[in-house]
Amino acid sequence: MNEAKCSWLGLIFSPVVLVQIRFILIQNRAGKTRLAKWYMQFDDDEKQKLIEEVHAVVTVRDAKHTNFVEFRNFKIIYRRYAGLYFCICVDVTDNNLAYLEAIHNFVEVLNEYFHNVCELDLVFNFYKVYTVVDEMFLAGEIRETSQTKVLKQLLMLQSLE
Amino acid sequence: MTPSVRLQEMIRVIRSARTQGEERGIIQRECADIRAQFRQGDNGERSHSLAKLLYVHMLGYPAHFGQMECVRLIASPRYSEKRIGYLGAMMLLDEKQDASLLITNSIKNDLSHSSQYVQSLALCTLACMGSAEMCRDLAPEIERLLRASNSYIKKKATLCAVHIIKKVPELAELFTPSARTLLSEKNHGVLHGAVVLITELCKRNPDTLDQFRKAVPELVQIMKGLVTSSYSPEHNVAGISDPFLQVRILRLLRILGHNNDTASDAMNDLLAQVATNTDSSKTAGSAVLYETVLTIMDINSESGLRVLAVNILGRFLLNNDRNIRYISMTSLQKIVQTDHNAVQRHRGTIVDCLKDQDTSVKRRALELSLALVSAVNIRSMMKELLIFLSFCPPELRSQTASGIFNAAERYSPSKRWHIDTILHVLTTAGGDVRDETVPNLIQLITTASELHCYTVHKLYRALVKDIAQSLVQVACWCIGEYGDLLLKGECEEIEPMQVTEDDVLDALETVLQSHMSSPATRGFALTATMKLSTRITDNVDRIRSIVSIYGSCIDLELQQRAVEYNALFKKYDHMRAAVLERMPVMDKNLPGHTNGDTPGEIKEPDTSKPKPVEAGLLSEPASQVCDLLDLLGGTDTPLQPSPAPTSTPTTTSSADLLDLLGGLEPTPVPTVSVYEKNGLSLKIQCDKQTETEVTVSLIASNSTQNDITNFTLQAAVPKSVQLQMKAPSGNVIPAHGLGQVTQTVLLNNPNKASLKMRIRVSYSNQGAMHQDTVLIDSFPSTACQPSISPL
Repeated sequence: MNEAKCSWLGLIFSPVVLVQIRFILIQNRAGKTRLAKWYMQFDDDEKQKLIEEVHAVVTVRDAKHTNFVEFRNFKIIYRRYAGLYFCICVDVTDNNLAYLEAIHNFVEVLNEYFHNVCELDLVFNFYKVYTVVDEMFLAGEIRETSQTKVLKQLLMLQSLE
Repeated sequence: MTPSVRLQEMIRVIRSARTQGEERGIIQRECADIRAQFRQGDNGERSHSLAKLLYVHMLGYPAHFGQMECVRLIASPRYSEKRIGYLGAMMLLDEKQDASLLITNSIKNDLSHSSQYVQSLALCTLACMGSAEMCRDLAPEIERLLRASNSYIKKKATLCAVHIIKKVPELAELFTPSARTLLSEKNHGVLHGAVVLITELCKRNPDTLDQFRKAVPELVQIMKGLVTSSYSPEHNVAGISDPFLQVRILRLLRILGHNNDTASDAMNDLLAQVATNTDSSKTAGSAVLYETVLTIMDINSESGLRVLAVNILGRFLLNNDRNIRYISMTSLQKIVQTDHNAVQRHRGTIVDCLKDQDTSVKRRALELSLALVSAVNIRSMMKELLIFLSFCPPELRSQTASGIFNAAERYSPSKRWHIDTILHVLTTAGGDVRDETVPNLIQLITTASELHCYTVHKLYRALVKDIAQSLVQVACWCIGEYGDLLLKGECEEIEPMQVTEDDVLDALETVLQSHMSSPATRGFALTATMKLSTRITDNVDRIRSIVSIYGSCIDLELQQRAVEYNALFKKYDHMRAAVLERMPVMDKNLPGHTNGDTPGEIKEPDTSKPKPVEAGLLSEPASQVCDLLDLLGGTDTPLQPSPAPTSTPTTTSSADLLDLLGGLEPTPVPTVSVYEKNGLSLKIQCDKQTETEVTVSLIASNSTQNDITNFTLQAAVPKSVQLQMKAPSGNVIPAHGLGQVTQTVLLNNPNKASLKMRIRVSYSNQGAMHQDTVLIDSFPSTACQPSISPL
C-alpha cells in the first residue's frame, strides 16, 4: 500500500525522501561518544559502525575544510568546539547553513545551562544533556529555537527533581 | 534528581581506570551491582541504578538487562523515576525489541496525565522510538493534544504527529484539519512544528497539497511579519528574527508553489523582499537567503527573480567563508543547464575555486567548470584545467581527464590544439585516462594529415621520457606509421632534432624490453618496428633480428605477430611494401566503433583487454583471408593490426582489412564493373549490408595514357532511400591503371525498397570535359562475411 502510494506520488513529486535529522552525535577527539541521539532505526552494530565512521571522517578535517561532509548517501554537518565535535547527520537536500546555526544555538543553550560548559559537565550530567537535546530537537526536526524559552523550561524541569 | 553520589562516584572511578582491562573489570562489578539492585524490587535506588546503567551503555557495553527495568520505572508514579525510565526507553529500546510494546499502555496513560511535564516525556519518547503499532494505537491521543490549549504540549504534539506520519502514512488524514488551524498560532515553537507537519502532509498526498495551497497567503503574511518585524529578542539569531522558522516556511512555500502558477505569483513579491532585505553577513542570514534562492529556482518565478537568485549565488561565491562558497557551487551546478548565461558571468570565480584546499570544494568547482566550457572560452578554460590536472588530488584525476577530453572534442578550435591538449593530458595523467583514448587519439591523428610530421616529433620526444602506457602506445603507433617523417628531421612547427634510425629503433626496442610495458604496448611496438622496415633504409637487418627474437616469445599474441612478420620477410618480401603502406583515414562513426564502447563499462585499468579480443578476432579473419587468398595463388598475408576499427568485434573490421588489400591486384571482394568507356572504368563493391543499410564503394580506374583530372561523381536514388556520399579519395586518376579513386556511399533504405542508383560521372581527360550517366540496379551482395560471433 505504501509502495503504491509512493509510486503514484512519484509522478508528481520525486519519491518521498526522508528529509530529517538522522542522528546527532557529540564526540571528543579521541572518539569517545558523549551523546548519541538516533532519530532513525539502526541496529546496535550499525550504530557502532556509524559512530566509528563519523569519527574517522570528521577528525581528519581542519579549518581549511568546509563544515559539511558528504557521507554515504547523506551528509554530516559538524562543528568543533574545543575538544568536542558536534555532528548532525541530515539528508543531502537539507539546508546546511540552517543546521550549522542550529548546532550553534544548541551549544549556546548548553553553555548557559551549565554555566560555561566543559566536556566534564557533559560526562557527569549526561542525562541532563539528553533533556536539553529533547527540548530543542524532536522527531528529527528542530523543535524550539528560542534560547530563553528552552532555558526556562529546563529550570522548571530541574526544580521537579 | 540530584545524581546520587554513587553515580558520580562510579563515573569518576571508571574514568580513572588506566587500562582497558581495568575499565572492563570495574564495569563488570558495577553491572553485577546494578543487577542485584534491580532484583531487589522497589526502593529509592532504582533510578540511580538505571542511570548508572545508561552511562555504561554510552561507553559501549551491553545493557540489555535493563530493558524491563525501564518498563517498570515508566509505570512508577514518581517523576524522577519516570524520567529516567523514559530516557532508558529511548536509549535501550527500539522498534525491534519486544519490550517496547509493553510501554504503550504507560505512554497512553501519561499522555493524559495532569502534569504537562509527564505528558511531554511521553510525547518525546513516542516521537523518538515509536513503532508503527504504537503510533497507530496512540494517534487519536496525539490528535487530541494538538488541540490542547497548552502551547508547550502543542509543540511536542505536532512533531510527534510528524513522526507518526512518517511511520504510518495512512494516518495523515487524521491530522490534516488540526494542522490547518495551527497556522494561526502566535507561538513560534508551535508555528514551527505546524509548518513541519504541513510540509510532511503535503509531501505525501497531492490532495492535501491542493488544500494547503489556499494557505499560501497566510504563510506569506507570516513571513512578511518575520522579515519586517522589529527586534524580537526571543527568537533573534544574529539580527535575523527566527531564521529557522523562516527557512521552514520558505521550504513549504517551495513545495506549494512548485508547478503551480497562482501560488507562485502570490509568492513573488515576498521572495523578492526577503532576497533584498536579508542581511547576509552572518551565517543565519545566508541560510535564509540560500533557502530563498532554492525556492525561487523551484517555482514558476518570473525571470527577474531568477536573475536575482543567480546574482545572490554569485555574491556567495565571493564570500570569504568556504562553506558558503561550497553551497553556492552546489546550487549553481543544478541551474547551469537552464540559466547558462547567468552562470557564465561567474566563471572566473569558479575557476579560482579550483585552487581551494578543500577537496569537496575542488570537486564542485571542477564539475561546474566542465559544465561551463564553451566554444568561446575553450582556450582559457583548458589552460586552467590543465594546470589543475597537474596538481589535483588523485581521486579527481580521471574525472578531470575525461572532462577535458570531452570538452576538447566538442570545442577544439584547431586540430593541432586538440592533439596538443591530448598529449599534455597523457603526459601529466597518463595512468588515469580511459581505454578508448588510444584509438580515439590515433583516429584523430590520421585525420590531421598536415600535422603528421609535428605529431610524430612530439610523440618521439615524449616516448623517450615517459612510461604512461596510453602515451607509449600512441607514440609507437605514430612512429611506425610516420617514421619517415621523423627521420627527415625537418618540421616547421617544432625545433628540429636530429633523429637517426638507430635512435628510433633503440626507443622501440626499449619499449619492447621494458618491464613496464603491458602486452598490448609490446604488440604496438612490434608492429611499429615492422612498419619501419619499409620506411627506413639502413637497418632492415636489425629489424629482422628483433622480429625473429619474438618468434619464440611466451606471449601468444606477440609470438603470432612475430612469426607472421618473419614470414613476410622471408617468403613474401615482394608484398611487404604494399602490406605495410600508410593507413587510410579511419572513419570514426562506424557502427562497429560504438559497439565496441559498451564493453568499456567493465572497468579494466589496463588496455590489455581489447588486445586479447583483437587477437582472437584477428586469428579468425586471418584464416578466412588466407582461405580466400588461397584461391588466388596461396599467399599468406599477415594482417595489419589497425587498432581502432578492429578492436571491435564486428564484421566491418574484416571488410576494412580486405579493402586495404585492394591495392593488390586481384581483390578478394567481388567488384562488379558498372561502367567502362574511354578507358575509365567504374566498379562497385558492397562493403556492408544490413536489412536497411548498404554501404558501397565506387572505385574508378583509368587505363588511358593520360591522367584523368577533375573526376567527380554524383548520385541519385529513389525517393524512399537516403543517400550519403563520403568524400572521395581524390579527383585525379593516374594513367595506366596506376591508381584509383574510391568513394564510399551510404544508403539508408528503411522501407526495403528495391535499390537503384543513378550515377553521373564527369571528368576531364587531355583537356576535354566528359560527362556520362550510368544506372545501377543490381547491387552485389557483400562477399565473405566471416562468421565471427561478437565477443
